[in-house]
Amino acid sequence: MRWPAPVIALAAAACTPAPTADEAREKLPASALISGYEFLQADTQALQDDDFANPGFLWVDRGRALFAAAPQQSKACAACHGEDGAELKGAAAHYPSVDETTGKLTNIEGRINLCRTRHQGLEPLNYETDDLLSLTAFVSHLSRGEPVKVDVSGPAEVWYRRGEDYFFTRRGQYNLACNQCHNDNWGRQLRGDTISQGHGTAFPGYRFEWQSLGSLQRRLRDCDAGVRAEPLAYGSDDYLAVELYLAKRAEGLPIEVPGVRR
Amino acid sequence: MSIRISAPDTASRDEIIELKALIQHPMETGYRRNNRGEIIERDIITTFECTYDGDTVFQARFHPGIAANPFLTFYTRATRSGTLEFRWTDQNGQSWSETHSLSVE
Repeated sequence: MRWPAPVIALAAAACTPAPTADEAREKLPASALISGYEFLQADTQALQDDDFANPGFLWVDRGRALFAAAPQQSKACAACHGEDGAELKGAAAHYPSVDETTGKLTNIEGRINLCRTRHQGLEPLNYETDDLLSLTAFVSHLSRGEPVKVDVSGPAEVWYRRGEDYFFTRRGQYNLACNQCHNDNWGRQLRGDTISQGHGTAFPGYRFEWQSLGSLQRRLRDCDAGVRAEPLAYGSDDYLAVELYLAKRAEGLPIEVPGVRR
Repeated sequence: MSIRISAPDTASRDEIIELKALIQHPMETGYRRNNRGEIIERDIITTFECTYDGDTVFQARFHPGIAANPFLTFYTRATRSGTLEFRWTDQNGQSWSETHSLSVE
Protein backbone atom coordinates (compact mmCIF):
# COMPACT_ATOMS: atom_id res chain seq x y z
CA MET A 1 0.00 0.00 0.00
CA ARG A 2 1.26 3.48 -0.81
CA TRP A 3 1.70 5.89 2.04
CA PRO A 4 0.40 9.20 0.79
CA ALA A 5 -3.27 8.25 0.39
CA PRO A 6 -4.23 7.96 4.08
CA VAL A 7 -2.27 11.07 4.88
CA ILE A 8 -4.27 13.00 2.30
CA ALA A 9 -7.46 11.46 3.59
CA LEU A 10 -6.63 12.49 7.15
CA ALA A 11 -5.80 15.99 6.04
CA ALA A 12 -9.05 16.17 4.12
CA ALA A 13 -11.02 14.87 7.10
CA ALA A 14 -9.48 17.50 9.32
CA CYS A 15 -10.68 20.25 6.99
CA THR A 16 -14.19 18.87 6.47
CA PRO A 17 -16.83 20.63 8.54
CA ALA A 18 -18.94 18.50 10.83
CA PRO A 19 -21.67 16.78 8.80
CA THR A 20 -25.06 18.42 8.82
CA ALA A 21 -28.00 16.42 10.07
CA ASP A 22 -28.98 15.43 6.54
CA GLU A 23 -25.53 14.20 5.58
CA ALA A 24 -25.26 12.10 8.70
CA ARG A 25 -28.60 10.54 7.83
CA GLU A 26 -27.59 9.08 4.50
CA LYS A 27 -29.37 5.98 3.33
CA LEU A 28 -27.51 2.92 2.10
CA PRO A 29 -26.70 3.40 -1.60
CA ALA A 30 -29.02 1.50 -3.94
CA SER A 31 -26.14 -0.67 -5.14
CA ALA A 32 -25.43 -1.84 -1.58
CA LEU A 33 -28.99 -2.92 -0.70
CA ILE A 34 -29.19 -6.55 0.38
CA SER A 35 -32.38 -8.32 1.36
CA GLY A 36 -32.54 -10.06 4.73
CA TYR A 37 -32.93 -13.23 2.68
CA GLU A 38 -29.21 -13.14 1.90
CA PHE A 39 -28.38 -13.38 5.59
CA LEU A 40 -30.36 -16.58 6.10
CA GLN A 41 -29.07 -20.13 6.16
CA ALA A 42 -29.55 -22.13 2.95
CA ASP A 43 -32.27 -24.26 4.61
CA THR A 44 -34.30 -21.20 5.55
CA GLN A 45 -33.90 -19.71 2.08
CA ALA A 46 -35.09 -23.00 0.59
CA LEU A 47 -38.18 -22.89 2.81
CA GLN A 48 -39.05 -19.37 1.65
CA ASP A 49 -38.50 -20.38 -1.99
CA ASP A 50 -40.74 -23.45 -1.77
CA ASP A 51 -44.26 -22.24 -2.55
CA PHE A 52 -45.74 -25.34 -0.99
CA ALA A 53 -43.70 -25.73 2.20
CA ASN A 54 -43.36 -22.02 3.03
CA PRO A 55 -45.63 -21.82 6.10
CA GLY A 56 -46.53 -18.21 5.26
CA PHE A 57 -48.72 -19.57 2.49
CA LEU A 58 -51.10 -20.97 5.12
CA TRP A 59 -52.04 -17.34 5.79
CA VAL A 60 -51.96 -16.37 2.11
CA ASP A 61 -54.40 -19.22 1.35
CA ARG A 62 -56.66 -18.15 4.16
CA GLY A 63 -56.42 -14.54 3.00
CA ARG A 64 -57.41 -15.54 -0.52
CA ALA A 65 -60.50 -17.30 0.85
CA LEU A 66 -61.45 -14.29 3.02
CA PHE A 67 -60.91 -11.96 0.07
CA ALA A 68 -63.33 -13.95 -2.09
CA ALA A 69 -66.02 -14.52 0.57
CA ALA A 70 -68.79 -11.97 0.97
CA PRO A 71 -69.47 -11.27 4.66
CA GLN A 72 -73.16 -11.30 5.63
CA GLN A 73 -75.05 -8.26 4.29
CA SER A 74 -71.91 -6.94 2.66
CA LYS A 75 -69.76 -7.45 -0.41
CA ALA A 76 -66.52 -9.35 -0.80
CA CYS A 77 -63.16 -7.63 -1.36
CA ALA A 78 -63.15 -9.40 -4.73
CA ALA A 79 -66.31 -7.53 -5.76
CA CYS A 80 -64.26 -4.34 -6.20
CA HIS A 81 -60.70 -5.59 -6.56
CA GLY A 82 -61.29 -8.38 -9.02
CA GLU A 83 -61.23 -12.13 -8.89
CA ASP A 84 -58.19 -13.22 -6.87
CA GLY A 85 -57.30 -9.55 -6.36
CA ALA A 86 -56.20 -9.05 -9.95
CA GLU A 87 -56.63 -5.27 -9.59
CA LEU A 88 -54.25 -5.16 -6.63
CA LYS A 89 -51.23 -6.70 -8.31
CA GLY A 90 -48.23 -4.53 -7.51
CA ALA A 91 -50.19 -2.19 -5.24
CA ALA A 92 -48.53 -3.25 -1.97
CA ALA A 93 -45.11 -2.21 -3.32
CA HIS A 94 -46.24 1.42 -3.03
CA TYR A 95 -47.31 1.34 0.62
CA PRO A 96 -47.46 2.98 3.08
CA SER A 97 -49.14 5.92 1.38
CA VAL A 98 -51.20 8.89 2.52
CA ASP A 99 -54.94 8.36 2.45
CA GLU A 100 -56.50 11.23 0.52
CA THR A 101 -59.59 11.53 2.71
CA THR A 102 -58.00 11.50 6.15
CA GLY A 103 -54.55 12.81 5.21
CA LYS A 104 -53.13 10.11 7.41
CA LEU A 105 -50.37 7.70 6.48
CA THR A 106 -51.83 4.26 5.82
CA ASN A 107 -50.16 0.88 5.60
CA ILE A 108 -51.70 -2.26 4.08
CA GLU A 109 -53.36 -3.20 7.38
CA GLY A 110 -54.81 0.31 7.61
CA ARG A 111 -55.99 0.22 4.01
CA ILE A 112 -57.78 -3.09 4.57
CA ASN A 113 -59.47 -1.66 7.66
CA LEU A 114 -60.48 1.52 5.78
CA CYS A 115 -62.05 -0.68 3.12
CA ARG A 116 -63.91 -2.59 5.80
CA THR A 117 -65.31 0.51 7.51
CA ARG A 118 -65.94 2.64 4.39
CA HIS A 119 -67.13 0.15 1.84
CA GLN A 120 -68.08 -3.06 3.60
CA GLY A 121 -69.78 -1.73 6.72
CA LEU A 122 -67.61 -3.95 8.90
CA GLU A 123 -65.64 -3.41 12.08
CA PRO A 124 -61.90 -2.88 11.65
CA LEU A 125 -59.71 -5.87 12.49
CA ASN A 126 -57.05 -5.76 15.18
CA TYR A 127 -53.37 -6.16 14.41
CA GLU A 128 -52.02 -9.73 14.58
CA THR A 129 -55.44 -11.32 14.39
CA ASP A 130 -55.45 -14.25 12.03
CA ASP A 131 -57.91 -12.50 9.71
CA LEU A 132 -55.94 -9.28 9.34
CA LEU A 133 -52.63 -11.11 8.98
CA SER A 134 -54.16 -13.38 6.35
CA LEU A 135 -55.66 -10.53 4.32
CA THR A 136 -52.47 -8.48 4.58
CA ALA A 137 -50.36 -11.47 3.56
CA PHE A 138 -52.62 -12.21 0.61
CA VAL A 139 -52.71 -8.62 -0.65
CA SER A 140 -48.97 -8.11 -0.17
CA HIS A 141 -48.14 -11.41 -1.82
CA LEU A 142 -49.86 -10.14 -4.99
CA SER A 143 -46.85 -7.81 -5.28
CA ARG A 144 -44.24 -10.51 -4.81
CA GLY A 145 -41.21 -9.69 -6.94
CA GLU A 146 -42.35 -6.10 -7.47
CA PRO A 147 -39.67 -3.55 -6.48
CA VAL A 148 -40.61 -1.26 -3.61
CA LYS A 149 -41.33 2.31 -4.69
CA VAL A 150 -43.04 4.79 -2.40
CA ASP A 151 -43.99 8.43 -2.67
CA VAL A 152 -42.43 10.57 0.05
CA SER A 153 -43.29 13.95 -1.48
CA GLY A 154 -46.12 16.32 -0.60
CA PRO A 155 -48.22 15.21 2.37
CA ALA A 156 -46.03 12.12 2.84
CA GLU A 157 -42.88 14.12 3.48
CA VAL A 158 -43.64 14.96 7.08
CA TRP A 159 -44.27 11.27 7.75
CA TYR A 160 -41.05 10.32 6.01
CA ARG A 161 -39.07 12.78 8.15
CA ARG A 162 -40.76 11.47 11.28
CA GLY A 163 -39.79 7.90 10.37
CA GLU A 164 -36.28 9.00 9.65
CA ASP A 165 -36.10 10.68 13.04
CA TYR A 166 -37.19 7.48 14.72
CA PHE A 167 -34.61 5.50 12.78
CA PHE A 168 -31.76 7.77 13.86
CA THR A 169 -32.80 8.32 17.47
CA ARG A 170 -31.07 6.38 20.21
CA ARG A 171 -33.51 4.68 22.55
CA GLY A 172 -33.85 2.10 25.28
CA GLN A 173 -31.49 0.98 28.02
CA TYR A 174 -28.93 0.05 25.37
CA ASN A 175 -29.19 3.56 23.98
CA LEU A 176 -29.08 2.35 20.39
CA ALA A 177 -30.58 3.79 17.23
CA CYS A 178 -31.71 1.62 14.30
CA ASN A 179 -28.94 3.01 12.09
CA GLN A 180 -26.19 1.88 14.45
CA CYS A 181 -26.95 -1.76 13.68
CA HIS A 182 -28.58 -1.66 10.27
CA ASN A 183 -26.54 1.06 8.51
CA ASP A 184 -23.21 0.99 10.27
CA ASN A 185 -22.77 -2.65 11.24
CA TRP A 186 -24.81 -4.86 8.94
CA GLY A 187 -23.04 -8.04 7.95
CA ARG A 188 -21.23 -8.23 11.31
CA GLN A 189 -22.04 -10.67 14.07
CA LEU A 190 -24.32 -9.85 16.98
CA ARG A 191 -23.97 -12.87 19.23
CA GLY A 192 -25.23 -15.78 17.08
CA ASP A 193 -26.78 -13.68 14.34
CA THR A 194 -25.54 -11.74 11.37
CA ILE A 195 -26.99 -8.24 11.46
CA SER A 196 -29.18 -7.57 8.43
CA GLN A 197 -29.79 -4.24 6.79
CA GLY A 198 -33.21 -4.12 8.40
CA HIS A 199 -35.48 -4.07 5.37
CA GLY A 200 -39.17 -4.82 5.77
CA THR A 201 -39.73 -6.38 2.35
CA ALA A 202 -40.41 -9.89 3.71
CA PHE A 203 -43.26 -8.79 5.99
CA PRO A 204 -45.84 -9.87 6.87
CA GLY A 205 -43.51 -12.82 7.21
CA TYR A 206 -43.10 -16.09 9.04
CA ARG A 207 -40.54 -16.00 11.83
CA PHE A 208 -39.30 -19.17 13.52
CA GLU A 209 -39.02 -17.23 16.74
CA TRP A 210 -42.76 -16.51 16.57
CA GLN A 211 -43.76 -19.87 15.11
CA SER A 212 -46.25 -17.77 13.20
CA LEU A 213 -46.76 -15.10 10.61
CA GLY A 214 -46.42 -11.57 11.94
CA SER A 215 -46.68 -7.99 10.74
CA LEU A 216 -43.81 -5.60 10.15
CA GLN A 217 -44.94 -3.69 13.24
CA ARG A 218 -44.58 -6.83 15.34
CA ARG A 219 -41.02 -7.04 14.02
CA LEU A 220 -40.42 -3.40 14.91
CA ARG A 221 -41.71 -4.04 18.42
CA ASP A 222 -39.20 -6.87 18.75
CA CYS A 223 -36.39 -4.53 17.64
CA ASP A 224 -37.45 -1.95 20.21
CA ALA A 225 -37.67 -4.61 22.92
CA GLY A 226 -34.23 -5.81 21.78
CA VAL A 227 -32.63 -2.48 22.67
CA ARG A 228 -34.66 -2.52 25.91
CA ALA A 229 -36.95 0.29 24.79
CA GLU A 230 -40.69 0.30 25.41
CA PRO A 231 -42.32 -1.03 22.21
CA LEU A 232 -44.96 1.29 20.77
CA ALA A 233 -48.59 0.32 20.32
CA TYR A 234 -49.63 -1.41 17.10
CA GLY A 235 -50.67 1.09 14.46
CA SER A 236 -49.02 4.03 16.23
CA ASP A 237 -48.13 7.04 14.09
CA ASP A 238 -44.43 6.56 14.80
CA TYR A 239 -44.40 2.97 13.56
CA LEU A 240 -46.41 3.96 10.47
CA ALA A 241 -43.81 6.64 9.78
CA VAL A 242 -41.00 4.12 10.30
CA GLU A 243 -42.69 1.79 7.81
CA LEU A 244 -42.61 4.59 5.23
CA TYR A 245 -38.98 5.43 5.96
CA LEU A 246 -38.00 1.74 5.72
CA ALA A 247 -39.86 1.38 2.42
CA LYS A 248 -38.06 4.41 0.96
CA ARG A 249 -34.79 3.09 2.31
CA ALA A 250 -35.41 -0.32 0.67
CA GLU A 251 -36.57 1.19 -2.62
CA GLY A 252 -35.72 -1.15 -5.49
CA LEU A 253 -35.69 -4.35 -3.43
CA PRO A 254 -38.46 -6.76 -4.40
CA ILE A 255 -41.39 -7.62 -2.11
CA GLU A 256 -40.87 -11.15 -0.74
CA VAL A 257 -44.15 -11.73 1.09
CA PRO A 258 -44.56 -14.26 2.57
CA GLY A 259 -40.93 -14.16 3.66
CA VAL A 260 -39.38 -16.61 6.11
CA ARG A 261 -37.01 -15.28 8.75
CA ARG A 262 -35.20 -16.57 11.84
CA MET B 1 -57.64 -23.98 9.94
CA SER B 2 -55.66 -23.62 6.74
CA ILE B 3 -54.46 -26.88 5.18
CA ARG B 4 -52.13 -27.47 2.23
CA ILE B 5 -51.84 -30.82 0.49
CA SER B 6 -49.44 -31.75 -2.26
CA ALA B 7 -50.17 -35.03 -4.07
CA PRO B 8 -50.11 -36.06 -7.72
CA ASP B 9 -53.43 -36.25 -9.60
CA THR B 10 -52.27 -39.19 -11.66
CA ALA B 11 -49.61 -41.86 -11.25
CA SER B 12 -48.63 -45.05 -12.98
CA ARG B 13 -49.20 -48.38 -11.22
CA ASP B 14 -46.52 -49.20 -8.60
CA GLU B 15 -45.02 -45.74 -8.82
CA ILE B 16 -43.69 -44.33 -5.53
CA ILE B 17 -45.50 -41.05 -4.96
CA GLU B 18 -44.58 -38.19 -2.64
CA LEU B 19 -47.29 -36.76 -0.39
CA LYS B 20 -46.95 -33.55 1.57
CA ALA B 21 -49.29 -32.16 4.19
CA LEU B 22 -49.12 -28.86 6.06
CA ILE B 23 -51.64 -27.58 8.61
CA GLN B 24 -51.92 -24.27 10.42
CA HIS B 25 -51.84 -24.98 14.15
CA PRO B 26 -50.10 -23.26 17.09
CA MET B 27 -48.92 -26.55 18.71
CA GLU B 28 -48.86 -24.77 22.07
CA THR B 29 -46.63 -26.86 24.31
CA GLY B 30 -48.22 -26.16 27.70
CA TYR B 31 -44.80 -25.25 29.06
CA ARG B 32 -44.84 -21.56 28.19
CA ARG B 33 -46.13 -18.72 30.31
CA ASN B 34 -47.88 -15.53 29.24
CA ASN B 35 -46.76 -12.05 30.26
CA ARG B 36 -48.68 -12.37 33.53
CA GLY B 37 -46.76 -15.52 34.44
CA GLU B 38 -49.71 -17.84 33.90
CA ILE B 39 -49.26 -21.13 32.09
CA ILE B 40 -50.54 -21.07 28.52
CA GLU B 41 -52.65 -24.20 28.23
CA ARG B 42 -51.43 -27.02 26.09
CA ASP B 43 -53.11 -27.14 22.69
CA ILE B 44 -51.64 -29.69 20.31
CA ILE B 45 -52.56 -31.98 17.47
CA THR B 46 -51.91 -35.50 18.73
CA THR B 47 -52.43 -37.72 15.69
CA PHE B 48 -52.17 -37.59 11.95
CA GLU B 49 -53.35 -40.29 9.61
CA CYS B 50 -53.36 -40.67 5.86
CA THR B 51 -55.62 -43.27 4.30
CA TYR B 52 -55.50 -44.41 0.69
CA ASP B 53 -58.74 -45.89 -0.59
CA GLY B 54 -59.59 -46.73 3.03
CA ASP B 55 -56.25 -48.28 4.02
CA THR B 56 -53.94 -46.47 6.41
CA VAL B 57 -50.66 -45.77 4.62
CA PHE B 58 -49.09 -43.35 7.08
CA GLN B 59 -49.70 -42.50 10.72
CA ALA B 60 -47.96 -40.17 13.15
CA ARG B 61 -48.27 -39.26 16.80
CA PHE B 62 -47.40 -35.68 17.72
CA HIS B 63 -46.04 -34.49 21.05
CA PRO B 64 -45.38 -31.00 22.46
CA GLY B 65 -41.92 -30.95 20.86
CA ILE B 66 -43.39 -30.67 17.36
CA ALA B 67 -43.16 -27.17 15.91
CA ALA B 68 -46.18 -25.03 15.10
CA ASN B 69 -47.78 -25.57 11.67
CA PRO B 70 -46.50 -29.15 11.34
CA PHE B 71 -45.32 -30.17 7.91
CA LEU B 72 -45.04 -33.84 6.89
CA THR B 73 -43.57 -35.40 3.76
CA PHE B 74 -44.01 -39.13 3.19
CA TYR B 75 -44.27 -41.67 0.41
CA THR B 76 -46.56 -44.45 -0.69
CA ARG B 77 -46.91 -46.79 -3.62
CA ALA B 78 -49.66 -46.03 -6.13
CA THR B 79 -51.62 -49.26 -6.43
CA ARG B 80 -55.12 -48.28 -7.51
CA SER B 81 -57.27 -45.25 -8.23
CA GLY B 82 -58.81 -43.94 -5.05
CA THR B 83 -59.12 -41.18 -2.53
CA LEU B 84 -56.34 -40.05 -0.25
CA GLU B 85 -57.61 -38.68 3.03
CA PHE B 86 -55.43 -36.65 5.34
CA ARG B 87 -56.73 -36.26 8.87
CA TRP B 88 -55.39 -34.42 11.90
CA THR B 89 -56.92 -34.88 15.34
CA ASP B 90 -56.16 -32.69 18.34
CA GLN B 91 -55.97 -33.52 22.06
CA ASN B 92 -59.69 -32.81 22.48
CA GLY B 93 -60.76 -35.06 19.64
CA GLN B 94 -61.47 -32.24 17.21
CA SER B 95 -60.30 -33.13 13.73
CA TRP B 96 -59.63 -31.54 10.36
CA SER B 97 -59.33 -33.37 7.10
CA GLU B 98 -58.73 -32.91 3.42
CA THR B 99 -59.10 -35.34 0.53
CA HIS B 100 -57.40 -35.73 -2.81
CA SER B 101 -58.31 -38.10 -5.66
CA LEU B 102 -55.57 -40.05 -7.27
CA SER B 103 -56.06 -41.85 -10.53
CA VAL B 104 -53.73 -44.72 -11.35
CA GLU B 105 -53.25 -45.97 -14.89
